[in-house]
Amino acid sequence: MEQTLRETIRNNPKKILGVNPNDAKVSLSYLTVAFVSLLIGGILGMLQGLERAGLIQLPSWLNYYQVLTAHGLLLLVVFTATFTIGYQYANLSHSFGGLLSKVRKLAWIGFALMLIGVVMVTVMIVLNEASVLYTFYPPLAAHPIFYIGLVFVVLGIWACCFGVFINYRYWRKNHPGQTTPILAFFAMGVFILWFFASIGVTIEVFTLIPWSMGLVETTNVMVGRTLFWWFGHTLVNIWYLVATSAWYVIVPKIIGGRHFSEKLIRLVIILLVILNIPGGFHHQIVDPGISQSVKFLHVFMSLSIAVPSLMTAFAMFFVLERTGRKLGGKGLLGWLKKLPWGDVRFLAPMIAMISFIPGGAGGIVNTSNQLNQVIHNTMWVVGHFHITVGVSVVLTFFGICYWLIPYLSKRQLTPKMNKIGVIQTYVWTVGMALMAGSMHIVGLLGDPRRTSDTTYGGHEIAVSWIPYEMVFAIGATLLLIGVIIQVYAVFNMMFFAPKGHTEFPVAEPEDDATPAPLWTERWGLWIVLLIAVISMAYVVPIVDMILNAPPGSPPIRTW
Amino acid sequence: MQRLEEIWITVSVGILIVFMIIVGYQTFALGMGPPSHKEVIDPQKVDTTAPFNNPGIKEIGDNEFEVVMTLQAFGFTPNSIELPVGAEVHFTMTSKDVTHGFQIPGTNINAMVMPGHIQKISHTFTKPGEYLVICNEYCGIGHQAMSTTITVK
Ligand code: HEM
Ligand SMILES: [Cu+2]
Ligand SMILES: [Cu+2]
Repeated sequence: MEQTLRETIRNNPKKILGVNPNDAKVSLSYLTVAFVSLLIGGILGMLQGLERAGLIQLPSWLNYYQVLTAHGLLLLVVFTATFTIGYQYANLSHSFGGLLSKVRKLAWIGFALMLIGVVMVTVMIVLNEASVLYTFYPPLAAHPIFYIGLVFVVLGIWACCFGVFINYRYWRKNHPGQTTPILAFFAMGVFILWFFASIGVTIEVFTLIPWSMGLVETTNVMVGRTLFWWFGHTLVNIWYLVATSAWYVIVPKIIGGRHFSEKLIRLVIILLVILNIPGGFHHQIVDPGISQSVKFLHVFMSLSIAVPSLMTAFAMFFVLERTGRKLGGKGLLGWLKKLPWGDVRFLAPMIAMISFIPGGAGGIVNTSNQLNQVIHNTMWVVGHFHITVGVSVVLTFFGICYWLIPYLSKRQLTPKMNKIGVIQTYVWTVGMALMAGSMHIVGLLGDPRRTSDTTYGGHEIAVSWIPYEMVFAIGATLLLIGVIIQVYAVFNMMFFAPKGHTEFPVAEPEDDATPAPLWTERWGLWIVLLIAVISMAYVVPIVDMILNAPPGSPPIRTW
Repeated sequence: MQRLEEIWITVSVGILIVFMIIVGYQTFALGMGPPSHKEVIDPQKVDTTAPFNNPGIKEIGDNEFEVVMTLQAFGFTPNSIELPVGAEVHFTMTSKDVTHGFQIPGTNINAMVMPGHIQKISHTFTKPGEYLVICNEYCGIGHQAMSTTITVK
């Protein structure tokens, strides 16, 4: 079986119709975990919204910070990671005409490791042994099992990384002189970034385990925080790379067009991989102990990411306009009307792309020194990442579901389900616009994030925040409705939709396009450059933090 | 397309460079950089280390004050500070336990205060009123109660 499959891959990948059922099982399992996490995380999110507005009071056995820790980890880590793996493995399987069986095995090992890790982490949060929020800044010390659970999650992700690398190597060896299909190239970018992003946080967690067990007396809080943001900042761009894979390659096909120049797409991926990691200090702009020049370097590195982002914006609008005109759109904006707004597979990622404009602008505010001082740790930041992750990334993910899941489950997207998807997209957009919009404004007025109750004894400035917090609550309620619709749609398409054939929508290049250059496949070189840039950004400050470290901090539990 | 894209990229890179120049000029020439003080302290001996063994308000010049402050779960020492209008204030802060934040809504005062590190930030209070001071980094179960006021009159 393996042999004949390989044979077919080599001679004629297009001949394989539909997905290999074993590969589909891998992706569907990851997607199942993703949407269960979304449901739980969404319920917790709504509780937060209502509690902040003072409309409900959580029971004494469940405090706001437990809820917030779980919301952050379940959505930011578990939902996005499992969705990404499910989707990227499906892309890989499609591009390579099936996964190698050992790669599939690695994906299952990763699945088991991640599940074990998530259970350990969740149990500790529920027991109130780990109310440290998803950033777990030391010297807040959670139960050791919390950190051990995180290690399992990382190991699971690494198993998936190696799976991708192995399958890529294998394909390249068997196709000398050929460039990999573009979706597989995206997958390489995503998983390489993931691997290097998680090194920092893994080192941090390994130092926190003996410390939380009392085997080591103190820890360096500044190094911990810095290693965390090495990871946290990069994670943002991993999602973004995953989302752009759909923007560049899937969306053009859905609207009946061709994709942008493959050489440029590859250049954007390479730039994102190389430039990504060293921006982490923009989360630490108002920290002590880091010099202004190092902070400035990171401001520069963070802004340099704007260049590939702007290239993406150009490419996307170029493709949309060209396709709209080909479909008969006239005049300055007539092409817009020709786009399939009633098709959820287009609508959701389109709104996601549009929201990247305010999201990106907000990001530039966050990253620049003086403006950061105005909004740091206020609700502005929460508004910012609900626009960027919560809309730009998550709506793209939602849009992907409406073709990926029927494709994997060998079912069909019915017109009725499409309608449900369109409604879901609007509910989500309005909910996020209300919630994130009011979060931005009230953040400018000083309302702090991560705070269960911001009445401050009725101080007048705190009173001025209340109307905005009421708007969070309305937005949060709409969003929970959106989550429920989406989860319903996902499981319906997985198990109940009518059987049938669903196409995997991969756009083709233009007829006159030049082929992608082979030098783009030199991942060894890109990794060397990536390491060089990481070293430039992190070696000097971290060595400085260690050499000039104050006496460390013991573990502290303040909850 | 090639041509258009080149223009787009050139213009956007140009904007970013201008942006960096402004941020850099403000930071390094105008001294408006973010709080980044680099002194350290033993976080377990704050109470016996100068100047934090004696937190409080000191007049150090003409309507110029230094406020030496410790932050701990879940309060500020000293608290309920009173200052005259127009006071130029230099806050010198550290934490006795976990990471806290120091924010005064309505001003640009916003800094992280971490155990082991001394943080400094300055501000001139030109308008009278009761300013709310809050901790804006999660520090434990009573984080929402960690606040005080600065009264300027
Ligand atoms: C039903 C939808 C959602 C609702 C109602 C919601 C609501 C909220 C609220 C009210 C906060 C409060 C923050 C605070 O006190 O600082 C919050 C924090 C957060 N949310 Fe959401 N959210 C939703 C979906 C998402 C999604 C989809 C993601 C990411 C994929 C996400 C990621 C986060 C993160 C990372 C935080 C910050 C946690 C922290 O500061 O430790 N949320 N959310
Ligand atoms: Cu970042
Ligand atoms: Cu605090």
